[in-house]
Amino acid sequence: MFYREAGQFKTTYAADQQIFPIRQDRLGMLLLLAVAFFFVPALLSEYWLKAILIPFLIFSLAALGLNILTGYAGQLSLGSAAFMAVGAFASYNFMLRIDGMPILLAFIGGGVAAALVGIAFGLPSLRIKGFYLAVATLAAQFFIVWLLTKVGWFSDYSSSGVITAQDMEILGYRFVSPEAKYLLVLSIVVVLALLAKNMVRSSVGRAWMAVRDMDVAAEVIGIRIMHTKLLAFAVSSFYCGVAGALYAFAYLGTVEPEGFSLDLSFKILFMVIIGGVGSIAGAFLGAAFIVLLPIALDVVVQQWLSGLLAPSVSSNLQLIVFGGLIIFFLIVEPHGLARLWQIGKEKLRLWPFPH
Amino acid sequence: MKNVIPLKKTLAAAVFSVAALSAAVGDAFAQAKEQFIGLPSYRVGAYAAGGSGLYGGWIDYMAMINERDGGVGGVKLTWEECETEYNNARGVECYERLKKKGSTGNSVFQPVSTGITYSLLDKVVADKIPMVTIGYGRTDAADGRVFPWVFPMITTYWSQATTMVKYIGAKEGGIDKLKGKKIVYLYHDSAFGKEGLTVLEKQAQKYGFSLVLLPVAHPGNEQQSQWLRIRQEKPDWVILWGWGVMNPTALKAAAKTGYPREKMVGVWWAGAEEDTVPAGDAAKGFTAAGFSVAGPNYPVIKAIQDNVYKKNKGNMEDKTRVGSVNYNRGVVHGIITVEAIRTAQAKFGKKPLSGDEMRWGFEHLDIDAKRLKDLGAEGFMPNLKITCADHEGSGLVKYQQWDGKQWKIVSDWIEPDREMVRGMIEESAAKYAKEKGITPRDCAKEG
Amino acid sequence: MQFFIEVLLGGLLSGVMYSFVALGFVLIYKASGVFNFAQGAMVFAAALSFVGFQNLGLSFPLALLAAFTTMVALGILTERVVLRPLVNQPPITLFMATIGLSYVIEGLAQGFWGANVRGLELGVDDVPVQWLMDSTGIGVSSFDLFGAGVAAVLVALLALFFQYTRIGRALRAVADDHQAALSIGIPLQTIWRIVWAVAGFVALVAGLIWGARNGVSFSLTFTALKALPVLILGGFTSIPGAIVGGLIIGSTEKLAEVYLGEYVGGGIDSWFPYMMALTFLLIRPEGLFGEKHIDRV
Repeated sequence: MFYREAGQFKTTYAADQQIFPIRQDRLGMLLLLAVAFFFVPALLSEYWLKAILIPFLIFSLAALGLNILTGYAGQLSLGSAAFMAVGAFASYNFMLRIDGMPILLAFIGGGVAAALVGIAFGLPSLRIKGFYLAVATLAAQFFIVWLLTKVGWFSDYSSSGVITAQDMEILGYRFVSPEAKYLLVLSIVVVLALLAKNMVRSSVGRAWMAVRDMDVAAEVIGIRIMHTKLLAFAVSSFYCGVAGALYAFAYLGTVEPEGFSLDLSFKILFMVIIGGVGSIAGAFLGAAFIVLLPIALDVVVQQWLSGLLAPSVSSNLQLIVFGGLIIFFLIVEPHGLARLWQIGKEKLRLWPFPH
Repeated sequence: MKNVIPLKKTLAAAVFSVAALSAAVGDAFAQAKEQFIGLPSYRVGAYAAGGSGLYGGWIDYMAMINERDGGVGGVKLTWEECETEYNNARGVECYERLKKKGSTGNSVFQPVSTGITYSLLDKVVADKIPMVTIGYGRTDAADGRVFPWVFPMITTYWSQATTMVKYIGAKEGGIDKLKGKKIVYLYHDSAFGKEGLTVLEKQAQKYGFSLVLLPVAHPGNEQQSQWLRIRQEKPDWVILWGWGVMNPTALKAAAKTGYPREKMVGVWWAGAEEDTVPAGDAAKGFTAAGFSVAGPNYPVIKAIQDNVYKKNKGNMEDKTRVGSVNYNRGVVHGIITVEAIRTAQAKFGKKPLSGDEMRWGFEHLDIDAKRLKDLGAEGFMPNLKITCADHEGSGLVKYQQWDGKQWKIVSDWIEPDREMVRGMIEESAAKYAKEKGITPRDCAKEG
Repeated sequence: MQFFIEVLLGGLLSGVMYSFVALGFVLIYKASGVFNFAQGAMVFAAALSFVGFQNLGLSFPLALLAAFTTMVALGILTERVVLRPLVNQPPITLFMATIGLSYVIEGLAQGFWGANVRGLELGVDDVPVQWLMDSTGIGVSSFDLFGAGVAAVLVALLALFFQYTRIGRALRAVADDHQAALSIGIPLQTIWRIVWAVAGFVALVAGLIWGARNGVSFSLTFTALKALPVLILGGFTSIPGAIVGGLIIGSTEKLAEVYLGEYVGGGIDSWFPYMMALTFLLIRPEGLFGEKHIDRV
C-alpha cells in the first residue's frame, strides 16, 4: 500500500535514469543515510562503533571491490587481502615520505597503487579462466605478502616489519575519537559505493556483465576484452586498496603483512557470495553477516553456554555453526541475501492487497 | 475477612521489597568484591593445541586462588573468555567487548598474540588498561618511559636471543670459543621470526661467529630445501625460531638430513610438548628456551591439583597435560596477574581495582626469591622486578632438553646480554616516541 | 653436482607428497565439477581419526578400518547434505560451500578428538638410506622412498579401478558428460557418493603419510595449499597430471629455494610454485594434462 509506484511518472530522461527510480526507495535511502550519519554516532556506544561498525564498513568496501570483479566482470580472485595490504602499505609510505601529504590523497594513492598491482596480476585473466585463474590469483596473495615482509623499505626498516599508521588529519582536524573515525570511514564508503553503483549502471558496467555472461560473445559484439577485464581488475583493486588503507589507519593502527592473510581473502569472498553476487547492496549485507555472525556466536556461547560445555567444545561449536550456517544460506538462497531483499521488496509492492 | 487481603498484599509487598532490596544490596556487594579479568583466548584453529594448555593453566590458577584463599584480599576473581582465533580483527573486537565488563571494567589485557598486541598499542593508552605480554609482543615496549601501559614481562625476544648465544657458548666451552663458529638462524618468515634477527647479527659481530639466515615460509610444513642448505653449510649450531607446525617439521627434517638434534636450540615457542611430541623420536635431544619450566612437581601445581581438580573444577579436559610447558606458562600468567592485584591492593585497598590502579600494581611488581617460595613457584619462574623504566623485569631464561618423553631442565637461569639489549630497546623506543610524538616519562618523578 | 642431484631427488620426492593431496582434488573435480577446498580438512580429519582410534586401543589395521569408515561416512554425508541440495548451482557457490564444509570438518574433528597434537608412527624411519649415503654421499630418506612407493601403488589402484571396474567406467562416463551419463541410466548420486568415499580414502592415505612426517595437528589442513599449484599445473581433471605436476612443482621449488633463494632473501617457496604454475598456464591455459576447453557462443 505504501510501497507503490502508481502515480509516479517520469517525464524526463534524467528522472528515468536516477539510481532509485521509486520515490519510496529514495526516501528510504535518505533515511538510512540520516540514521547512519546522525543517529548512529550519537546513540551507539564506543564498542559498537570501534569493534563492529568500522570494520563492517571497511569490509563492505573490500567486498564491494571484489564484487565488481567477481560479481560484475565474472573474474574469480582469491587475492583481495593482498591488494588491501598494498593499499595499506602504500598509504603509509605516502604519508611517511611526502611532507604534508593530505590523508585523503594518501588513501587515493594507496588505492591507485593497489590498482596498478591489480592490473599486473590481472593480466593472466586474458588467458586463464575460472578456477585456474582463482588459483593463479593466489600467486598475488602469497607473493605480495612475502615482498612486504622481505623488503624493509616498505615498513621503513622496522625490525619486525610492522607499520604504525600515522594520525589522520584533515584541514587541521584530527580524527581520533571513534565517532570521528566512524564518520570519516562512512563518508568514504558512501562516496565510493555511490560511484560503484553508477559505474555498474554505465556502459562500463554493461561491458563487464557482457564479459561475465559470455566473453566470446562479448568479443563478437565488439567489446574490448582486454580493456574491460583489466579495468575491472584495476577498479576492484582500487576499492580493496582503499579498504586496506582504512583498515590500517582507521581501524587497527598498527598492521603486519601477515595480517592480510589468505584467510582474510576467503572472508571477503564469502561476503560477496553470501551477500549476493553482482549486487552493491549485497556487499554490505554480506559483510554484516560475516563480521557479525562469529561475534554473535561467541557472545551467545560465552554468555549462556560457558558453564555447560567444556571450553574447547564451545569454541569448536562456534566454528561448526559458522560453517554450517554458510552452507545453509548457500543452499537456501544461492543468490545471496540481496536476493532475499529483492523478493521482500516485490512482496511489499503487493502488500497488503495482493490482487 | 475484608481486611485480610489488603494485609496479605501489604505483607507480600513488604516481603517482596525487602527481598528485592537485599538482593540489590547483595548484588552490589558481590559486584563490589569482584575483580574482572578479560581473557581473549584461542581454542580453535592452528594454535589451539598450545592455547588450550595455556588458558587451562591460567584459569586453573585463578580458580585455585578463589577456592583456597577466597580470592585476593577477599576480592573474588572473575573472568570471561573471548575467542580470537588468533586473528587481529577478532582480537580487537574482544578487547572492546571485554573493556566495560565487571564493576571496574577490564583491568588487564593479555592478548597472547603479537599481532593483536600491535593492534592495541594505541588503544590501551587511551582506555587506561595495562597490556601484559609475557614472552611475546613488542620488544622495545620494555622501555616503560615510552610505553607506560605495555609490559613485555619476564623476558623479551631480544634477551632470549642473547641467552641462546650464551648457552651455545657455554656448550662450546666458553663464550670466546664461538669465534669462527657457524650458526644457522632458521626462522619463521614473519614479524615474529624477524624479531631475533638484528640482535643475533650484533651478537655475531661481538663474538665473531658467522650467522647464516634461513627463512621458512609460513606455515613451514615443508622444509626440505632449508635442510638441504643446512647439510651443505654444515653449521655448528642451528637456532630454531619457529612457531606451530614449523617446529616438529624442522626436527623431523633434521633427522632426515642427519643433523644432530643436540646441536639445535629452540625459541620458547618451540619448546613445548606440542612441538616435540608430533616429531616422535626425531625430537630427542632437542633443547629449547623457556621463561618457565615444565613438570608438575612444584607446590603451586600441587595446590591447583588439591584445590581445583580434586573438586572437579579443573579447566583441562586432559588432566595429564597439567604440568606441561604450555600449562605452566598459563600458571605464570596467572601468578603475575594475581601478584599485580596484590601489589596494587596494598596501595589502593582491598577492593576491585581499575585499569589505572592495576597498572601501578604491574609497575611495582616485585616477586623476589622469598615471594616465589611462598607462592610455591621456586625455580618455576625467575625473579621479577618491574620498575618505571624497565617493564621486562627479569630477562632470565632456562634451557630444557627433550629426552623423548619429557622436558628436562639442563641449565640454570641464564642472564641476557643486558647492556646490548637495553641499548637496542632504548634506541628503538626513542624512534617510536619520535614517530608518534610521545614525550618519554621522567622516571625520577614517578611514585 | 652431487648436491644438485640430492636437491633434485629430495624435491621430486616431496613433490610426491603434494600429489597425494592433489589426487583428492582431482577425483572430486573430475566426477562432479566441484573444486573441493575441504580436501585439506579431510586430510586432517582422517589422520586425526586414525590416531584417535589408535589411542582408544585399536590395533593398526582396525584403526585404519575405523578411520576409513569414518571418512566414507563423511563423504556420503557431504554428498547428501551439502552437494545434493546445491545441484546445478554455479561452481563458485559449490566452492564456497566446500570452504564452509572445511570449517565444519575442522570444528568436528578438533571438538571430538581434542586439540592435542599427536605423533604418528608408520614404522618407517625418516632417516637417510645408509648404503646410498655411504656409496654416493647422497642423502635420500627411506620414508620418502616409502611415500613414493605408496603413491605408485595408490595410482595403480586408482587406474585399475577406473579402467576395469563397472563403477570405474560409470565414473568416467559421468566425468565426460553428466547428462549423457544420466540418460543411459547411470545413477549419478551413487557415483558421487562413491567418488567422495574414494576421495576420503585418498585423504586418509595423504593424512597418514603427512601425519607421520610432521605429526598430526591442525596444520595438516595447510597441505591443501601445497597441492593447489600442482593442481593448476597438472590440470584439474587429470590423475597423471597430479603426479607429474607434483614432481615438477616439488623439484623446481626446492631448486629455486636452494639456488635462487639466497639472492632474494629466501622463503620463496610460499609463492614460487604459484608463480611457476601461473607462467606455465599463460602458455597452456588448461594445464599440462587438462582437457582443452572450446568456447562456443
